[in-house]
Amino acid sequence: MIPMSYYLILSSILFSIALAGIFLNRKNIIIMLMSLELMFLSINFNFIIFGNYLNDLVGQIFVFFILTVVAAESAIGLAIIVVLFRNKKSINVEDIGRLKG
Amino acid sequence: MNIELIIFLIFSALVLASAIGVVVVNNPVKSAINLVFTFFSSAVLWMLLNAEFLSIILILVYVGAVMVLFLFVVMMLDINITQAREGFVKYMPFGILLFFIISGLLSIFFYSQFENTNENIVLSIDLIGTDNTKNLGYLLYTEYIIAFEIAAVILLLGIISAITLTHTKNQDTKYQVPSEQVSATKKDRLTIMKDSGETK
Repeated sequence: MIPMSYYLILSSILFSIALAGIFLNRKNIIIMLMSLELMFLSINFNFIIFGNYLNDLVGQIFVFFILTVVAAESAIGLAIIVVLFRNKKSINVEDIGRLKG
Repeated sequence: MNIELIIFLIFSALVLASAIGVVVVNNPVKSAINLVFTFFSSAVLWMLLNAEFLSIILILVYVGAVMVLFLFVVMMLDINITQAREGFVKYMPFGILLFFIISGLLSIFFYSQFENTNENIVLSIDLIGTDNTKNLGYLLYTEYIIAFEIAAVILLLGIISAITLTHTKNQDTKYQVPSEQVSATKKDRLTIMKDSGETK
């Protein structure tokens, strides 16, 4: 059996890649959303790892609900991006501050 | 070196490589494809962690629905790539520093805390049997039924909000307005003209 720390290190590296991705792509909101998905993936990884090694199914139940909420969240986020692009003709993050009313 | 460790090493390398690809590649379509690849490789790792149902759900729901939505939106919008890439090089040293600090700290912590944990800590609790999907469904429909229904409501909320945000009324379409029809009086529709009374 693979040691638990290997999986945990993998998920922490995945999380920090996603965090660095949000910092690097400050202008592009779509890549920021994709980095957010990567973060959620690494969190789900942690839940599944601990659920497997502690032999508890509740971890997997939690991942199930996280997947549901993230699907709804990304649908709404992409809808907001479409509306933003319709109004501003760009997806620059700096333009979001001007979207008033 | 057993086969499980080899599979783990190969697919974790794929996960990390494609995750870096998501962040670094300059075309949003390519980074979406990289994200799909990340999800596929992590589904294999989840399968290795005895989460069979969730790894299939990850492929069906994530790759099949969410990532296709991403690709649709990316292709629908006309993105100026050079403008979107502004500041990438400027923030590069800071991003790399952040990556090494966060991942280093977390890795040291996890390695020191869970170093010797390579076996199940708690004794196995079998709910019905060894079938992962069956056990998950059993828990979901008994213990967590209210949370399950709330999740359904959240999905409905997602549908409604996405439609109301993006839906635009077409100006050319003719609509019936029932309230105006009901409130129409005789005066609006009927005009009485005087007959002059002359006959020819």
